[in-house]
Amino acid sequence: MNQAIRNSWVAAIAMFALIFGAISFVQVVGADDLKGNPLNQRAILQNYCNDRGAIIVGGEPVAESVEGTSEVCQFQRTYAQPALYAGITGYFSKNYGATGLEVAMNAQLAGSSDQQFFDRIGQLFLGNQPKGASAELTIDPAIQKLAYDLIPDGQRGSIVVTNPKTGAILAIVSKPSYDPNLIATQDPNAETTNINELVKVPGINLNQNVSGPTGELLAPGSVFKLVDTAAALASGKYNKDSVLPNPAEMPFPGIQYKLPNYAGGNCYTQDKASFAFALQQSCNTPFASIALDLGRDAIAEQAAKFGFGEDLGDQLKLAYARGSGFPDDMDGPGLAQSAIGQKDVRATPLQIALMTSAIANNGVQMSPSLVKTVRSPDLRVIDEPQPEALRTSTTPEIARQITEWMTSAVSQGIARGAAVPGVQVAGKTGTAELGNGLNNSWFTGFAPANNPEVSVTIVMEGVDITTGAQLTSPNAKKIFEAVLNK
Amino acid sequence: MSQLSTIPKPRRNVELLLLILALSVGIGANMLVGVDQAKAFDSDFWFQSSLLAVAALVFHVVLRIRAKYADPVILPLVVALNGLGLAMIHRLDAPGEDTGNNQLRWTLIAMAVAIGVIWFLKDHRVLRRFTYISLAVSALLLILPLVPGISAGEILGARVWIRVGPMTFQPGEIAKITLAIFFAGYLSSNRDLILLAGRKIGPLQFPRFKDMGPMITAWLVSIGVLIFQRDLGSSVLFFGLFIVMIYVATSRISWVVIGLGLILGGGFVAAQVFSHVEVRIYGWLNAFSPDVYETGSRQVIEGLFGMANGGLVGTGLGQGRPDLVPFANSDMIIASIGEELGLIGLFAVVLMYVMLFTRGFRAALGTRDAFGKLLACGLSFAIALQCFVVIGGVTRLIPLTGLTTPFLAAGGSSLLANWIIVGLLLLISHTARGPVDTTPLPPGGAAEPAGIDTPTEAVKRA
Repeated sequence: MNQAIRNSWVAAIAMFALIFGAISFVQVVGADDLKGNPLNQRAILQNYCNDRGAIIVGGEPVAESVEGTSEVCQFQRTYAQPALYAGITGYFSKNYGATGLEVAMNAQLAGSSDQQFFDRIGQLFLGNQPKGASAELTIDPAIQKLAYDLIPDGQRGSIVVTNPKTGAILAIVSKPSYDPNLIATQDPNAETTNINELVKVPGINLNQNVSGPTGELLAPGSVFKLVDTAAALASGKYNKDSVLPNPAEMPFPGIQYKLPNYAGGNCYTQDKASFAFALQQSCNTPFASIALDLGRDAIAEQAAKFGFGEDLGDQLKLAYARGSGFPDDMDGPGLAQSAIGQKDVRATPLQIALMTSAIANNGVQMSPSLVKTVRSPDLRVIDEPQPEALRTSTTPEIARQITEWMTSAVSQGIARGAAVPGVQVAGKTGTAELGNGLNNSWFTGFAPANNPEVSVTIVMEGVDITTGAQLTSPNAKKIFEAVLNK
Repeated sequence: MSQLSTIPKPRRNVELLLLILALSVGIGANMLVGVDQAKAFDSDFWFQSSLLAVAALVFHVVLRIRAKYADPVILPLVVALNGLGLAMIHRLDAPGEDTGNNQLRWTLIAMAVAIGVIWFLKDHRVLRRFTYISLAVSALLLILPLVPGISAGEILGARVWIRVGPMTFQPGEIAKITLAIFFAGYLSSNRDLILLAGRKIGPLQFPRFKDMGPMITAWLVSIGVLIFQRDLGSSVLFFGLFIVMIYVATSRISWVVIGLGLILGGGFVAAQVFSHVEVRIYGWLNAFSPDVYETGSRQVIEGLFGMANGGLVGTGLGQGRPDLVPFANSDMIIASIGEELGLIGLFAVVLMYVMLFTRGFRAALGTRDAFGKLLACGLSFAIALQCFVVIGGVTRLIPLTGLTTPFLAAGGSSLLANWIIVGLLLLISHTARGPVDTTPLPPGGAAEPAGIDTPTEAVKRA
């Protein structure tokens, strides 16, 4: 019996040997992997009380650490113009971690990046408070404010303004927005109450990879016809002089459903259409027939080249949704509907902006970027990202051809509202039906058409046709004017 | 062997010395927590510290009177663990929360009950009379959480709680002890029968089918707990307890083979049939995938992040963020300690458990009656197994289950049960280390079969 007792003790010791091994693995061997895990918010929370660097727009901080009165920490993170920049800065909270640039730029803002190694040593010897680097953004504060105000309060919508040649984002806004100060408060009870209140507001989701201009996946409607056009021209089966079938309704064998052109528009006037006319008036059936002719794969390939369902580079910093790209396994009607941006096709406002920017930039899509410079506390530049090409979306010839047609859509077509006197504007509208009588109304375009300096993408969600028309093209015009007249 | 030493020594002064050391660990930790959180030396601190110290000293005095040969290391170890747990729970109390004082209240109740066990029981062999009553009580305790009206319903996926007035209680914790008493009583009476009959297959001697009755019973209890109460941890604990006790009773490895076969078979079937087991295992294997994190593994993963953050030396008490881990003061208290005291501190804590169960096994070796041997061995192994299941779960060595960390975790039932175990181990160690007791048991007890009550081999050799 005693031998068995000793053996049982050995078994217990063996279990504890495993325990010691497991603890060593977690706390020492595998600790770095655990610290680097994307789910791990501790790196952020650890330097919660430090003097973080500011996030700067146009020389003014939009997020900064100020000496507070709270007994929790010496420094309190505060956000100037909170709702305007919430989608960019995100929040920095004691219990809920961080989002936006606060998390993406954490190493620099907290001063723990590799470039700041020697600064840290200096701070150590001088006994100074650790101080982080500041990040200056590509955002133009005037355009950001203008774009934000162009979305009426109570309306869900997003606007993205970029420089197509560099990929720099000049404005990126969405409504509804929220006040990050409510979440950054050091009063833990207030923090929880505020968060619980916030998530009740319809349209507010604090996860940027599922909401806002970078995360919300929407049916793109007719702006997706730009993808069909590029695919058609790239296939070699079509050229600028091609004549497309334009029936008022497209029937499908064996089923009741017919895909119609928009009943109120000019498309009804002719049953054949040139490319220029089809894009100008945004007729549905010509593009449906292109898709049926080229097949699902050709459209999907072109969509991926424009960045749908793809990686958006590492200069964006913000969390984003890729979407699934062009949907798989479609029958005739499904493919036809998807080709006009309905059914299961989804894209974020940012992806639409990047598609347009690629057309504007001779077919080369630039990495979207948000950070212009990172400076250490002594104002030395420690990082200055350079513009970089993300992918080639189409050839310069095709890009120029599409630009020409988009220009006529603004000068003579249904995107007329975006026209700016004295400037050639290229644009495309879209109206994605939500099935309840309301639509997602889109505009995407750039100016000047021959030497693009700015691309504007607007989406207003859940609006009727008239409101949609008022809130998209005319607002794009105001943004074009504001950027170009400076 | 302790009984070879010339004269048995009580070593109560050693215990007192160690006890002061143990109290300084717990109270010192509580002090550090206070200093770091700017709530230093408030009335809470003095109140908690003095109550803990007084209770520990009373316990010590009771041992001097009633069990003066009891192992001098057990009580200080347990007081140190309990004190450290109190400090950690106090540290994790958010403003307005009072888990710390509640835990102290339960500690005092549990210590009082353990003192009662020592005072009134006097000799653990008395328990042998209650072999079958213990079985009945175990069954009752395990069924209680399923009875409508008494049951506190499903809490965190398991039905192991009952409601007593304003409090909830986990009767399964106590069932651990009564089951151990039943197994010890049954096996010490019947081990000859089980030993002698049987068929030999290869090197293993297998028991007769009808002798497997208690094993089947234990297996059914474990599987029943798993299915009806959805408590994987307790299920493993009960079955592990039984395997060890029958192995010790018979010295036959074949029982362990059969037992492991049964538990693997039962576990496999359970994983196929019951979604909660499958979900648990899937969550364990894929803990780091973001959707699993959202739906189930968050607790473990946050615990791992905390422990990684603590690293080798820890952040220091009150300096880390163990509050980010769900259930930081109960299920995950090991992760909290790992974060703030580091690998070094956590190793020290785990070593205390090693010493504790080793002392229990030592009492099993030393005591002269089979019942006492089985009981001490079973209870000690239960502590070890429980620690393994909990700490293994927290470190993701095995899937996390709802067992509590003995003496550390917040929770009254667990404290009470474990302090009773300590009381029993102290009593058994008292007979093990004391002079050979020649007085017969008071009348009425079931006499042990003569063959069993012989001295251990060591004594025979002497």
